[in-house]
Amino acid sequence: MSGMAPGADQAIPPAETAEVELYHPHSWLTKYVFSQDAKVIGIQYSLTAIAIGMVALVLSWLMRLQLGFPGTFSFIDANTYYQFITMHGMIMVVYLLTALFLGGFGNYLIPLMVGARDMVFPYVNMLSYWIYLLAVLVLVASFFVPGGPTGAGWTLYPPQAILSGTPGQEWGIILMLLSLALFIIGFTMGGLNYAVTVLQARARGMTLMRMPLTVWGIFTATVMALLAFPALFVGAVMMLFDRLLGTSFFMPTLVEMGQQLRYGGGSPILFQHLFWFFGHPEVYIVALPAFGIVSDLISTHARRNIFGYRMMVWAIVIIGALSFVVWAHHMYVSGMHPYFGFFFATTTLIIAIPTAIKVYNWVLTLWRGNIHLTLPMLFALAFIVTFVNGGLTGLFLGNVVVDVPLSDTMFVVAHFHMVMGVAPILVIFGGIYHWYPKITGRMMNEAMGQFHFWVTFLGAYAIFFPMHYLGLLGIPRRYHELGEMSFVPASAHDLNAFISIVALVVGFAQLVFLFNLAWSLRHGRLAGGNPWNATTLEWQTPETPPGHGNWGKELPVVYRWAYDYSVPGAEQDYLPQNHPGPARGTAGTAA
Amino acid sequence: MPDSTPTHAQAAMAPQAGWQSLVADWSSDQRAFKSASWGKAMMWIFLLSDTFIFGCFLLAYMTVRMSTTVPWPNPSEVFALEIAGTNLPLILIAIMTFVLISSSGTMAMAVNYGYRRDRVKTAVLMLVTAAFGATFVGMQAFEWSKLIHEGVRPWENPLGAPQFGAAFFMITGFHGTHVTIGVIFLLIIARKVWRGDFDQERRGFFTSRKGRYEVVEIMGLYWHFVDLVWVFIFALFYLW
Ligand code: HEM
Ligand SMILES: [Cu+2]
Repeated sequence: MSGMAPGADQAIPPAETAEVELYHPHSWLTKYVFSQDAKVIGIQYSLTAIAIGMVALVLSWLMRLQLGFPGTFSFIDANTYYQFITMHGMIMVVYLLTALFLGGFGNYLIPLMVGARDMVFPYVNMLSYWIYLLAVLVLVASFFVPGGPTGAGWTLYPPQAILSGTPGQEWGIILMLLSLALFIIGFTMGGLNYAVTVLQARARGMTLMRMPLTVWGIFTATVMALLAFPALFVGAVMMLFDRLLGTSFFMPTLVEMGQQLRYGGGSPILFQHLFWFFGHPEVYIVALPAFGIVSDLISTHARRNIFGYRMMVWAIVIIGALSFVVWAHHMYVSGMHPYFGFFFATTTLIIAIPTAIKVYNWVLTLWRGNIHLTLPMLFALAFIVTFVNGGLTGLFLGNVVVDVPLSDTMFVVAHFHMVMGVAPILVIFGGIYHWYPKITGRMMNEAMGQFHFWVTFLGAYAIFFPMHYLGLLGIPRRYHELGEMSFVPASAHDLNAFISIVALVVGFAQLVFLFNLAWSLRHGRLAGGNPWNATTLEWQTPETPPGHGNWGKELPVVYRWAYDYSVPGAEQDYLPQNHPGPARGTAGTAA
Repeated sequence: MPDSTPTHAQAAMAPQAGWQSLVADWSSDQRAFKSASWGKAMMWIFLLSDTFIFGCFLLAYMTVRMSTTVPWPNPSEVFALEIAGTNLPLILIAIMTFVLISSSGTMAMAVNYGYRRDRVKTAVLMLVTAAFGATFVGMQAFEWSKLIHEGVRPWENPLGAPQFGAAFFMITGFHGTHVTIGVIFLLIIARKVWRGDFDQERRGFFTSRKGRYEVVEIMGLYWHFVDLVWVFIFALFYLW
């Protein structure tokens, strides 16, 4: 058979679909701005997400200034503090992490890694970005409307979210809900593309079980998002109606300032269910891409095949599925039947099993690996440590009896920052240092990168580790100042001041990172096509940065899994996925 | 060789059935759904996501129906019409349901003719489907105005629980929007079929890609879905 390469143990089936017609940009505008090329869209998503993420970062400084030095800053009062935490939390979770992992990394990497020319529906994919941008602008607009942005907390619980007394009740909450609805519509357009591209547009020879774990992580997260965001969408629509039309979906009978409000008969708990049916999977929507990416970083930079590839894939899928049946562990203090508490605590703890498997496999991949302490590897290692830390405190919070006293304390803040704040952010940094050479053709500056890494990693620990202790003392979350509370020792105030100073330093390190991004674009060392000697397809493109259509004339053909590192006898210690020749490892051993 | 027993090689090549073929497809390269084009796969996944939206809406409706303390109006009285002196419960809704189900029939026929590349019949049947859809929306508008006339609003309801009006307008409105969008796309695609875009491989205005008759079938998937959702709304809102 002509399509069969010498030495391949298995015939590669012929192409099932005809070559796609690529759209051809006719002007500068359609090439760089209204581009339908997934790579450009990915970069647009990433830059927008980073820009809005900077807003969230600045908000965290302001919050920390207030917590560390209460009373010093006259422009921060209880109201503005609430607005800061709300916008900070929502931006970080949705507009930064979700958009960056799925819209940014997903767009750039999926077509390249599965060997496609582009996403399956580039036009819809382009719309996805512009609607996302619109959602971001609507969100930003809420800073400038009368009353300012909403201060309801990122969970937006009604009834308080839409009652007077909560800052941003006039406009902020409306814009927030609108912006979320827009985000979901935009995401759905992109998400359908990511999912269908992975399912239906892979290269010849690229079986699902040969895909890099990065693609598995992003793909699973995308499917989860397509099923979880609907709940938030419905919740947002209903709350908009409660606020604008005076319906009472979520609003019970209420008395405000001695006056009975026109609301009555609704169910506030209903919103909590809708929110957390989205909210918990959301944690994994940002964690699974991180899991996938970190697996590839570790494998590449330790020159070792990933340990237990199949286990890793199934763990991702099982975590994704289980995360839809744990949501009420966020509602233990909302009041629920003890049997429900039992059920949700059990499912929560069961998730720890596939998660722990993943951690063991990362460690076992490193075991006796040829570990190169490159920047991506440093961030990957930091991720493992941080994630384990956050995961362990999750086991505490997953148990009803332990959660009840810890709920709404700084312990929770420490937990979720470790597990879904710092850990995924570290992977994002690692991923950017790793793929920057492919995107721009140049390496990022190593010295600035080292500085950025150490300050960020150690700083994040200095910020969030002490918060566990503050939480155990009983210091509540979402309090803009502690005042005189007998159970708070004076040392806790010093600790708070310390945390705040570190937070400023860590924030500064991010500016160095941004500077590095821009600086290396022109002054970075030339990278060549495959500076890390990586196996996955995106490093095998004929051009770097990859051109429109990714592959030049010939689509790649895949002969092996993504983890053939340290191959005995191989010329360069690794075999790229499109390298014909004897297959090795678990994938491709069908013969 | 019709009479010969299959050789080993032939048996291996023969299409497998059931679970085996499912496993074979999913462990193969290129495509997980061998018979589905990109567009069809995308529509199926979108519909799955949309199912979750409607599911959440309906669950929310059931929840507020239980949480409110004011009695729920009796649907067969609220949705009754006085026709020629007799009081007919649920008559309008029965007709609406009939219209929408019929439109699924004409849609299915359109898909069939689309596969035979019968330009005219496909386009006409799509137009008929669109007309049924528009009739449905029109009758829904009539029902809305009747309820509004009786004083039902999203925020208040002289007949009982205010959540009745809120959930009714929200859910039927959301579904009606789906039907309306469907009608618009039916018209657009019918025009393309009529004009012969798919025979001449004319490029789309926005996407600059060539369309195919398959679009009719993808449109059909959406339309049947919207129909199916209506059955649930009908059962849970009008019959309960
Ligand atoms: C520079 C690093 C960061 C610092 C210094 C920081 C600081 C803070 C502070 C002080 C709070 C408010 C605690 C309270 O009073 O309740 C907070 C809340 C929060 N942060 Fe961060 N944060 C950082 C990064 C992140 C990241 C990367 C995420 C992404 C997941 C994130 C997500 C959240 C969420 C969801 C909340 C809760 C908001 C709420 O209570 O409504 N943060 N953060
Ligand atoms: Cu959770």
